[in-house]
Amino acid sequence: MIEVEGLVRRFGATLAVDGVSFRVGEGELLALVGFSGSGKTTTLKMINRLVEPTAGRVLVDGADAALTAPHELRRRIGYVFQRVGLFPHLSVEENVAMPLLLTGRGREEVRARVAEVLALVELDPSLGPRLPAQLSGGQEQRVGVARALVASPRLVLLDEPFGALDPVTRDRLQQSFLRLRSRLKLTGVVVTHDMGEALLLADRIGVMRAGRMVQIGTPAELLRAPADPLVSEMLESPLRHARHIQGLTGGRA
Amino acid sequence: MNDALAQLPGLLTAHLRLTLAALGAGALLSIPAGVLVSRVAFLERPVLAAAGIIQTIPALALLAVMVPLLAGLGLPGIGPLPALIGLTLYSVLPMLRNTVTGLAGLDPAVIEAARGIGMTDRQRLFRVDLPLALPVIVAGVRTAAVWTVGMATLSTPVGAESLGNLIFGGLQTRNLASVLVGCAASAALALLLDGLIQTMARGVALRRPGLRAAGLLGLVALACWAIAAPSLRTAGGGPKPVRIGAKTFTEQYVLSEILAGQVRRVAGAPADVTPSLGSTVAFDALARREIDAYVDYTGTIWATLMGRSGAGEGRAAVLAEVKAWLETARGVHVAAVLGFENSYAFAVSRATAARRRLASVSDLAEARPLLRAAADYEFWQRSEWRSVERRYGLAFAERRTMDPSLLYAAAGQGQVDVITAYSSDGRIAAYDLVVLPDDRGAIPPYDAVVLVAPGLATDRPDVVAALAALDGRIPVETMRALNRKVDQGGESPARVAEGFLAAAPVSAPSPVAGSREP
Repeated sequence: MIEVEGLVRRFGATLAVDGVSFRVGEGELLALVGFSGSGKTTTLKMINRLVEPTAGRVLVDGADAALTAPHELRRRIGYVFQRVGLFPHLSVEENVAMPLLLTGRGREEVRARVAEVLALVELDPSLGPRLPAQLSGGQEQRVGVARALVASPRLVLLDEPFGALDPVTRDRLQQSFLRLRSRLKLTGVVVTHDMGEALLLADRIGVMRAGRMVQIGTPAELLRAPADPLVSEMLESPLRHARHIQGLTGGRA
Repeated sequence: MNDALAQLPGLLTAHLRLTLAALGAGALLSIPAGVLVSRVAFLERPVLAAAGIIQTIPALALLAVMVPLLAGLGLPGIGPLPALIGLTLYSVLPMLRNTVTGLAGLDPAVIEAARGIGMTDRQRLFRVDLPLALPVIVAGVRTAAVWTVGMATLSTPVGAESLGNLIFGGLQTRNLASVLVGCAASAALALLLDGLIQTMARGVALRRPGLRAAGLLGLVALACWAIAAPSLRTAGGGPKPVRIGAKTFTEQYVLSEILAGQVRRVAGAPADVTPSLGSTVAFDALARREIDAYVDYTGTIWATLMGRSGAGEGRAAVLAEVKAWLETARGVHVAAVLGFENSYAFAVSRATAARRRLASVSDLAEARPLLRAAADYEFWQRSEWRSVERRYGLAFAERRTMDPSLLYAAAGQGQVDVITAYSSDGRIAAYDLVVLPDDRGAIPPYDAVVLVAPGLATDRPDVVAALAALDGRIPVETMRALNRKVDQGGESPARVAEGFLAAAPVSAPSPVAGSREP
């Protein structure tokens, strides 16, 4: 469970995040949506203290994140990075194993768990000994997800996880992620600029603009009663796509 | 050549030991400093600037500066210590700069991922930052290794054994084979070290344990050899050897071998030669008892150490004054006056003398247009030159500085008109040069004297007595002949000295040493 209260982050003269509050319940996935510069990634990074808040507080499972050592907090929360950030000098297996090695788990346990989690993200086990430079973009991102999940966290943070992929690969990864979510009952926050992706993945959506939360609610709530022209504007594109495709297929989509 | 090859193993070991120690100390200093500097932003500029400044000091000067610096701290000023410190400082910059550059060039996405998955700063350093910066750091280590091997040849003038012994000695005694052996060994060592480091680094980068082990094994083997192999100096054990110093020219090499041979023959004590010391390094080393004896010249002490100008009141008077000053001011004792002078003398080729009608230094001063002159490293800075300048109003069209071994050929071949020759040098005759007399007495006499360290007369009277027996035994003709044997004849100084001692055995007047002689 994640609770965020009055979160503020200032970078010099600019206010990147300006009083954001929300709550992510057990097993729930919240999507933060907004244009670039809206403060959604900064908000995400304050949850595991990759960025320290200027004001406000974050509660993770009821405990104040500011009172937990950053590395211990981060070990409890899986994180999928926008630019993947695999360690280029380590093989796929070693990359995935790293979070377990940090806490000094036994070699056999690590090997078994790595194989398990690679299967979970639907990655060919023969890729295990390869270096990241030998992988495709989609494979890299799967390794990134595997690394985030290897230590069996109940909480995950995803920063534009599928943004850099081609549409087909993105769709495949989104589908595997949905399967993973339901299997592992993950609680988490995903940042995306793609409202279509948010509608597809999330239980609730928070729309951000200029560091503030414009509206937060379930997809149905947002579609029914958009609280702001921005929300309508952001919903417009996926709706238009859906209508267009529906027209092409004569309503049989 | 054989002589040089015989010395090679010992010198190579000493060279390797010095290089590895300096490189190791340099790495231990600069890589952690590089890590610190890249984490504490405000330190980066001053630390890199300091390392850069050290690098701009010429290597020889850096090593030479260590001598008085260490002596000031009460540490041994000559020998391996100043060389080690100088070389270590010199090796810092490439390793420090590459560590900083390597760490600064890491992909921010990778760093964020390392933090994001819960690495502590320490875990990130050892598991991500350093491994990724390794290729750049290793490039710095390799640069430093090659520099240090080359630079270590410059440890010879501060009294540390190295391959520089072959190079400096060979240059001064015109023994090209010795120079080549020294250079080739140094180059081979540099390539070997570089190759081993590269092999190890490639093994790490390509994840090939065999390659990594091969490089590491090679380096460990080299280190073991450097540590375990006996050096020239410690070989044999027994009583502490008497240390004889020599400056950097042929006559000094020959005389140091004669002194050492005399100590061995007459006093029956082991003796070592520390060759190729800088001019003032030799005297300072003697005054601090880091060497026990060497040959210097009254005029040099008079002008350089006592700071006197002019020629003094003749040979005997200068000798008496120098002796008295050495005893009272420095506690240094003159054990013997060898019997010849090696004075600074202006010399010209016979053709130049005839064409420009030069018969004395006064004629030099009147020659128009002005002549081109060349002197050894010291002369233009010494008070003898100021005295000549004042006394004669002497001026030259150009004043060059070059290695003493090259002066005579330069005058002989007409590349310069005038050189400052050493009056006992065999090459004056060999190149058919004419010495111009100092007709106004601007240059002091330069009697060769055997100086012994303070306290040696009390501790080792037998050694001092053996050296004293050389008093008056080397007239100038003898010295020139000995010098010529090395410079023209290609014999080693040690052999020439041996020949001299065998031909004219000199026993000590003391009963201890006398009893050893038939």
